[in-house]
Amino acid sequence: MALPPLPTEAIEIGAVVEDWRAAVSLAGDALVRSGAAKAGYAGEMIRMIEEHGPYVVIAPGLALAHARPGPDVLADGLAIIVLSEPVAFGHPHNDPVRVVLAIAIAKAGEHLAAVAGLANIFNDSTAIADLAAATTPEEVQRIMGVPS
Amino acid sequence: MKIVAICGAGIGSSGILKVNAERVLKRLDIEATVIAADIGSLATVAGDAQVILTSAEFVDAIGKTFADVVVIENYFDTEELTAKLDAALG
Repeated sequence: MALPPLPTEAIEIGAVVEDWRAAVSLAGDALVRSGAAKAGYAGEMIRMIEEHGPYVVIAPGLALAHARPGPDVLADGLAIIVLSEPVAFGHPHNDPVRVVLAIAIAKAGEHLAAVAGLANIFNDSTAIADLAAATTPEEVQRIMGVPS
Repeated sequence: MKIVAICGAGIGSSGILKVNAERVLKRLDIEATVIAADIGSLATVAGDAQVILTSAEFVDAIGKTFADVVVIENYFDTEELTAKLDAALG
């Protein structure tokens, strides 16, 4: 199933961050660069975690940052931030996080095809480690199965 | 049978739980409807659910329910989902 676009400008490798907020913020910046979101989306993703806890760390080493569809979303899009040093989100089982995957969805109800595509990729248990070890944006695109 | 996957936004993580739960249920040969929803709409969607799939953070917010609350740690580990759904439904 088709994933939202993941252009190279939405991919950052070797990112150095102090904490999880900075990591999510970088993912928001990447969505702004690719034209998927406005600057306010990063803050919305951070607020979701502040409000509900680190549940977005849905697998060991991987955070799926996202907020609801809304005025800060311009188009469907993905962003991937590969951290040079892992950071803790406070999750009891899946910390520390090495890869932040951010998703922006323009219309509620149209997210299921996108997340089904993500499930196809990450149900392969090596995908997170492969992303964490990626050295170029093109390699990330290859792992995610999107055209570069 | 009805299963509800709960997360903060009702997109993203609960969607992944829904997709993977449907795959696992098919494998277990169990017929069920799986709905992804945000925690705010839980009361309206989960009244008649038999199972609520979620992560540990939402257990307190879900509160008292007749449904089995199943906590998933790794959303992409279909073996974990299979074992926990099988235990809850089998």
